[in-house]
Amino acid sequence: MAEQTGGFVIKPMDQFVVKPLFGGDVVHWYTPTNVTLWMALTVLAITVLLMLGTRGRAIVPTRGQSMAELSYGFIHKMVEDVAGKDGLRFFPYIMTLFMFILFANLLGLIPFAFTTTSHIAVTAVLALTVFISVTVLGFVLHGAKFLKLFWVDSAPLVLRPVLAIIELISYFARPVSHSIRLAGAMMAGHAVAKVFAGFAGALGVASFVPILAVTALYALELLVAAIQAYVFTILTCVYLRDALHPSH
Amino acid sequence: MEGDIAEMGKYIGVGLTAIGMGGAAIGVGNIAGNFLSGALRNPAAAAGQTAFLFIGIAFAEALGIFSFLVALLLMFAV
Repeated sequence: MAEQTGGFVIKPMDQFVVKPLFGGDVVHWYTPTNVTLWMALTVLAITVLLMLGTRGRAIVPTRGQSMAELSYGFIHKMVEDVAGKDGLRFFPYIMTLFMFILFANLLGLIPFAFTTTSHIAVTAVLALTVFISVTVLGFVLHGAKFLKLFWVDSAPLVLRPVLAIIELISYFARPVSHSIRLAGAMMAGHAVAKVFAGFAGALGVASFVPILAVTALYALELLVAAIQAYVFTILTCVYLRDALHPSH
Repeated sequence: MEGDIAEMGKYIGVGLTAIGMGGAAIGVGNIAGNFLSGALRNPAAAAGQTAFLFIGIAFAEALGIFSFLVALLLMFAV
């Protein structure tokens, strides 16, 4: 991955290496690593915002309370709009997903921080839990009728088996695209920022150009961090709606 | 020598998957542009449709992501 530019080595992928926190190179399943640290910080940040923010419960909210209430209201409305009124039972899960991904993305933007969501292992677990729970939910609620999701009633009879195969494939591609979208967007953005920062080291006096570029890129990355969290949650709502109302 | 050719083909293939990025860009731009032209005709109805905008963008983007997946597989799995 190393790239030689004017005697200056840029290693954009080094920031994604999982390292144990307390020395050593071997990573067991119980070893505290930088992933563990930043996940814990994510959970801590969410707890601080939501619990301390809503502690006062003032009529005129403070800044913290209004942030907590805004995020709650935003997700509540999204679940109601996309998944329907009966989707609101699963609101706590979707709220948790959104806050976790949003804060993991935003904390990863701090310089020298580790972005937990840039690892496919992390996002794949998030996407697979959504996929498995939504599929199980569909079968529990509707039994065999859930398979109607793959049987498009509005299409001509000859086309229906072909469509069923396509629908089945696209159903199983869901967790793949769901997880890789988030990890890919995070990984690509951070790698690009690192490459531009590397140019700054190589250019000497002219380095103000890449520094300006990296500043603009950082603003874009803030936007991407929020949008990717939003997209992950809204797709969860779409899949949930399919499980609640499988007929097209 | 043979290993070099295989290595070369791998890197060329990884580079070619970047074309998929262009396809995803066309798709996403199409959706966003059509949303904007619709929203400018009827701004009152635009706010309620942003969720569909993002769902559409996410689905169009998914196919670009599959090309990224192919690049990852070529780089690290083949």
